Amino acid sequence: MVDAVIRESGIGTRGRALDVVFRAATFFFAILVLVILFGIVAALIDGALPALKQFGFAFIVDSSWDPVKQIFGAFPAIYGTLITSFIAMLIGIPLAFGIAIFITELCPPWLKRPIGTLIELLAAIPSIIYGIWGLFVLAPMLQSHVQPFLVETLGAIPLIGFLFEGAPLGVGMLTAGIILSIMVLPFITSVMRDVFETVPTVLKESAYGIGATTFEVVWNIVLPYTRTGVIGGVMLGLGRALGETMAVTFVIGNSHQFMTSLLAPGTTISATLANEFSEADTPIYLSVMFALGLILSVITLLVLAAAKFMLSRMERQGGS
Amino acid sequence: MKAKTILLLGALTASLGFIGAGAQAQNLSGAGGTAIYPVLSKWAEEYKKATGVAVNYQAIGSGGGIAQIKAKTVDFANSDKPLTPDELAAAGLVQFPQVVISITPVVNVEGVKPGELVLDGPTLADIFLGKITDWDDEAIKKLNPKVKLPKAKITTVHRSDGSGTTFNFTDYLGKVSPEWKQKVGSDTSVSWPTGVGGKGNAGVAQYVNQVKGAIGYVEYAYVIENKMVYTKMVNQAGNTIEPTMAAFQAAASNADFTKVKDFYLILTNQPGDKSWPITAATYMLMRKDYPADKNQAVLKFLDWALKKGQKQAEALAYVPMPDAVVKQIEDAWAVNFVTDGKPIWPVAMK
Repeated sequence: MVDAVIRESGIGTRGRALDVVFRAATFFFAILVLVILFGIVAALIDGALPALKQFGFAFIVDSSWDPVKQIFGAFPAIYGTLITSFIAMLIGIPLAFGIAIFITELCPPWLKRPIGTLIELLAAIPSIIYGIWGLFVLAPMLQSHVQPFLVETLGAIPLIGFLFEGAPLGVGMLTAGIILSIMVLPFITSVMRDVFETVPTVLKESAYGIGATTFEVVWNIVLPYTRTGVIGGVMLGLGRALGETMAVTFVIGNSHQFMTSLLAPGTTISATLANEFSEADTPIYLSVMFALGLILSVITLLVLAAAKFMLSRMERQGGS
Repeated sequence: MKAKTILLLGALTASLGFIGAGAQAQNLSGAGGTAIYPVLSKWAEEYKKATGVAVNYQAIGSGGGIAQIKAKTVDFANSDKPLTPDELAAAGLVQFPQVVISITPVVNVEGVKPGELVLDGPTLADIFLGKITDWDDEAIKKLNPKVKLPKAKITTVHRSDGSGTTFNFTDYLGKVSPEWKQKVGSDTSVSWPTGVGGKGNAGVAQYVNQVKGAIGYVEYAYVIENKMVYTKMVNQAGNTIEPTMAAFQAAASNADFTKVKDFYLILTNQPGDKSWPITAATYMLMRKDYPADKNQAVLKFLDWALKKGQKQAEALAYVPMPDAVVKQIEDAWAVNFVTDGKPIWPVAMK
């Protein structure tokens, strides 16, 4: 009996000690993430400094890229990054929205699971496979069927014509945007589907009860109720699109020439890094690579910050 | 609890022992250009069979290879762009050619079969400058009076990644076109006036095969592999040359390494009636300050590759170094690698 008590108290002490260790360990892990994050940012800034000093602010708006004369400007890469992601969002969001609504609101139960699983499988395909598929299958198809049509129709419209001019190459910013839209689809769709499912049935049923159509229920009940989550899903997809490297490198045409046409070859920050980091053989060239990395990080940060800001503003509006 | 600890310790010791064993067997590590990779991996395979020494080579690009040998992380490096004697001296490196590669223009023009189209240097330069924009341009017609050229736009395809292939191709264009030299210059990547970029030789090959009206440049091995439509070229002597092993050999045999320091020689636009105009030596880089036994192990492998590896090289459309050049290279080893006043080469072979 006495023995048992002693043993018990022993376990208790050990348990408390363990608790302290446990707390310290988890705290350490949490701090570690911050340290790594700041370490990466510090390394990026340190590496980028020589380039930023030499080229100054002009680095962001300049579109020359001449490794022979060692003159570099990041504008085409920044432009390409933003434009391809924008195209991806333009195509991806409506598609994802439609799929998520279909699965949660309209789909017959036996079809729900197969469609959901298949969409999620899209996320499991490695990005290099998307790149290969884009180059071998999608690009030739766009070149022979879609792009000539775009040049003839949209290219002839005065205000937006400049976006669709030039020879149809198959590869280019539009192709990269289309590939990206497929790649971000599973991310946006699964988040949207999850948040749509959180809408209380009673809300929807009352709406149907007063004679609302399915469209009205989606537009006036489901969407307002879930908008935070929907935007979160969109941002998740945008984050992926901004940073995607391999698939884009395959199909974007990798040209540092700045061109307004979406059919023209371009480049993105991550594609430039993938292409040129290994052969950046002068200090300033290497520093330019770091500066590009820093810019990409800043862009991603701004996107996240904008998302947070929008969400908090919407929440306040919703509350009032 | 105790049992677990013992198991863990056991596993740890075992893994340590494993690492130790790995370090004992002399393995060589190298890094550098992708151009030499196909033949180097073949050599490594055969060399391992013959001697038991494994050679690990990372094809990360010439620039990456140079950076790694400077940082002392690899035993040897490879570059398709030779370093200047000053750069070598500053970094304590030794450089010598290992094998000759050849670069061939490839096209995708409707109705044109392999070897049908003839181009010369100035025309090629004008195409890549964006001055000649259509396949039925007078300059191309003049070189190809018998070929029916379609009325189609030209799309130029270049390497998007930094590359020794690009360095040698642009060097050639600079030699045959003053305008190219002045406007663009030559380097592992340049400011291309026009066109699209594909990643690696494979990426360029893919773009050319896919984009109608395209012209690009790839290593000859990729022409065979991808069944591409190559062009003939007019060489320095004014002869129209088909890209063949004999034409590459003719260019390589005209390379005179005796007059230059550190083998710094760019092999484009070589003289000779039968020389293919765009060839390049790919270079090995080694450190002077590595321990003698490590450098000896690398030299043994490279010596084997220079002599016994010629067959593998030729099978993959590389041109081996002529015997006279091999002798020059090995003489240079004896001069450059000296430990305690004694040359480490030749090694007494067992």
